[in-house]
Amino acid sequence: MKAFLSLLTRDLRLAARDGGALGTAFGFFLIVVALMPLGLGPDLNLLSRIAAGILWIALLLAALLSLGRIFETDHDDGTLEVLATGPLPLELVTTAKALAHWISTGIPLALLAPLLGILLNLELKAYPVLIATMLAGTPAVSFLGAIGAALTLKARRGGLLLALVVLPLYVPTLIFGIAAVSAAAGPDGLTASFLILSAISLAAVALGPWAAAAALRIQMQ
Amino acid sequence: MQTITQKLANPTRFMQLSGIVLPWIAGAAAAILCYGLFLVFAVAPIDYQQGETVKIMYIHVPSAWLAMMAYGLVALSSFGLLVFRHPLADVSAKAAVPIGAAFTFLALFTGSLWGKPMWGTYWVWDARLTSVLILFFLYLGLMALRSSLDDESTAAKLTAVLALVGVAILPIIKFSVDWWNTLHQPSTGLTSTIDPSMRIPLLIMALGFTLLFFAMHMKAMRNEVLRRRVKALRLSDIARRDGRTSQPTPAAG
Repeated sequence: MKAFLSLLTRDLRLAARDGGALGTAFGFFLIVVALMPLGLGPDLNLLSRIAAGILWIALLLAALLSLGRIFETDHDDGTLEVLATGPLPLELVTTAKALAHWISTGIPLALLAPLLGILLNLELKAYPVLIATMLAGTPAVSFLGAIGAALTLKARRGGLLLALVVLPLYVPTLIFGIAAVSAAAGPDGLTASFLILSAISLAAVALGPWAAAAALRIQMQ
Repeated sequence: MQTITQKLANPTRFMQLSGIVLPWIAGAAAAILCYGLFLVFAVAPIDYQQGETVKIMYIHVPSAWLAMMAYGLVALSSFGLLVFRHPLADVSAKAAVPIGAAFTFLALFTGSLWGKPMWGTYWVWDARLTSVLILFFLYLGLMALRSSLDDESTAAKLTAVLALVGVAILPIIKFSVDWWNTLHQPSTGLTSTIDPSMRIPLLIMALGFTLLFFAMHMKAMRNEVLRRRVKALRLSDIARRDGRTSQPTPAAG
């Protein structure tokens, strides 16, 4: 447990002090959202209707940009091999790294989303729902992303391949994330979609580290 | 005492057996498909609402069924590779992926052509269509991941991990028409809701398509085994030649 926590704090500290990567993700998030009205036209009614969808897609793309970082830098300088031969099981190593990615990228992006919602004329009453669904959905983004990052660790053209591998896995998260936001405005309330979204996240947290660890083990033999 | 799968997993025995079986499967597939197509175009009635376009069903339904079955086979082979480490399991997974992708594309394409006259649009974002499209992307991801890694055995195992992660899509596709209220009709289950005059040609086409799949899969597996043998022979040839040139010859010494 102590090793797990120290690995987690180390990754968080690295993410905090190496602000560049997080800054890139934020900048990308902002630019994707800002480009949408330029492409769709400045119709505020239209924008406010599709704002949740745009924010979710932009969040997925921004998170995708930072996924490569989960294992890549540690693989390049050999830290990953030290971790693999250390006392901590590789499954817990991948858990710690994916968790660090969620805390350092998923949560800040989810909290930033409402701010960008202003640009898209998102209704005020949708804000708490949007933050809640994003906080519930981003663990799936980080833990499924960790699988993709582990699979493409040694691949040529890793970045593009990572998108092709991970984006299909993100589709259920995206569908239920947006369904929860739009259901909250309807008569049924957001419960059903929100619960499914949470279930996807929990399943990803439970199974993702195993698959990621298996993929790392195969490449480090 | 070896089990049957262990016997079949021996590449040499697989090559012998498949060499005997393959012409029969391919022949049966061709014969049944010819008979099925004859039934479809000459015997089966046209639908009172859909007219001639109902004939698309006889291609669309078997393709969609094979798209899913092929992924099941890929996942099963991947499991066999990761757990039992059979080299032939990887050959099977590698061979099944492009064929499965082709049938997935065929199911999407024929469905789109059928959708235009029936639904008035080539494409709708309903749950069944979307989930099959994701399946298609998964197939593409499997092919891309395999082709981007140089080491064949690492590529095989990593692709197997991805195939097993993606297996969650199969129940989503299967039950998407029951869970969500979609434009795509629920499965008739080949039971009472479809008249025998259409059900029997459909079943025969499905059988023909399945045999066609297995014939192509077996042929692709044979090609892959041969490709690996050629590669191994080339490598040993190069090693032998290198060994000869690097040793000083007695005359020069």
